[in-house]
Amino acid sequence: MPYVLTVSPDFTPKHIAGWYIFNTWLQRQSDMGFHVELYNSFNKQREAIADNKIDLIYANPYDAAMLVREKGFKALAAPLAKADEAIIACNGEAKISAIEDLKPDLKIVTTDDPDVHLMGMMMLESADLDKDNTNIEEVDGYVLVAKKLLQQQADIGFFLKDAYHDLSRLIKDDLKILITSEIFVIRHILLAGPELQQHHQQLQSLLVNMHNDPKGASVLDSMGLKGWEKQTQEDTEFMIDLMDTL
Amino acid sequence: MKLHYYDGNERTVDIIDQEVPFPDGRLIVSRTDTAGVLTHFNQSFTDMSGYTEEELMGKNHYILRHPDMPAAAFKDLWDTVQKGEKWSGYVKNLRKDGLFYWVHAVVIPNVRSGEIVGYTSVRRKPSRNKINQCIPLYAEMLAEEGEQSCPTC
Repeated sequence: MPYVLTVSPDFTPKHIAGWYIFNTWLQRQSDMGFHVELYNSFNKQREAIADNKIDLIYANPYDAAMLVREKGFKALAAPLAKADEAIIACNGEAKISAIEDLKPDLKIVTTDDPDVHLMGMMMLESADLDKDNTNIEEVDGYVLVAKKLLQQQADIGFFLKDAYHDLSRLIKDDLKILITSEIFVIRHILLAGPELQQHHQQLQSLLVNMHNDPKGASVLDSMGLKGWEKQTQEDTEFMIDLMDTL
Repeated sequence: MKLHYYDGNERTVDIIDQEVPFPDGRLIVSRTDTAGVLTHFNQSFTDMSGYTEEELMGKNHYILRHPDMPAAAFKDLWDTVQKGEKWSGYVKNLRKDGLFYWVHAVVIPNVRSGEIVGYTSVRRKPSRNKINQCIPLYAEMLAEEGEQSCPTC
């Protein structure tokens, strides 16, 4: 039975193929069998995790606590120079220019991306806004968030920074960024489940050296990553603690 | 003004009644050991404090304590996190240059193998309304404490 590799559902669509190429590269390098299983939503992925169907996961930091503390996963690596940051944007014509201009009862459009939603809500606190005095609508992806803003069906929208900048110029020209997070330390991590513990060092060594190999560097490029760096268990515990404060 | 700390240390600082705004989108992050000694902090922590990294590392977190903060607030913080629980509150911090900045702070214990090994504090931009509610409250608490320094935190 091959090990199952999955990726946080918030990966950008243009990098789906990259994760399949990564899977092939990993199998050849490790001489182990891996199978890619992707999920359309965080809930579906969490069900698979709960059923112990996942062995290797590129995880959203929000899910790291559950994976590490409840399911016994251990951190292998984190992407180099790739932190998760959030953007709050509005329609370009809106008469607001800062978070403090926002008033209660406004309509927020968001996705099921948990860390982006958490960071977005956190950045609204300075305007005394929270889930109890706002209207939150969840849609299936960042293009739909933009669409809701352009059609003035929502006042503000939460975006993953990378996803916002992947929007077409035409769309971005009609949107306005109110705030961008600069947190730097929240990022996705690659975690290995209990069944892979015996291969932990081998996998970690392959990953951190991946960018030094021309073929590996090409695979990384297809995934939109620059490389991997070793993630210690304490690094992960610290990020989990930090997420717990948000 | 001379500030006194619980461990017997004291220092003289110039207090300037001028606020430095919390930077948008940032988080100020620091970690201490169980005695409150700084072990890790991020660039935002250094930037807002006005100190250099070298001046902060290994120092007690109380280096940021503003004399307008009542000791009871910090006692509540320590009592809460030492029980293994999360604490949150609004804190007026003192910079090296004597200016101040307000934060919404959340502090959690770092539990490893069932034991508290330190504390992580994350501060974000506070709401002005919340600050305005805290100012008279803290002044009242401070007056009740009857002193301008911190004997217990």
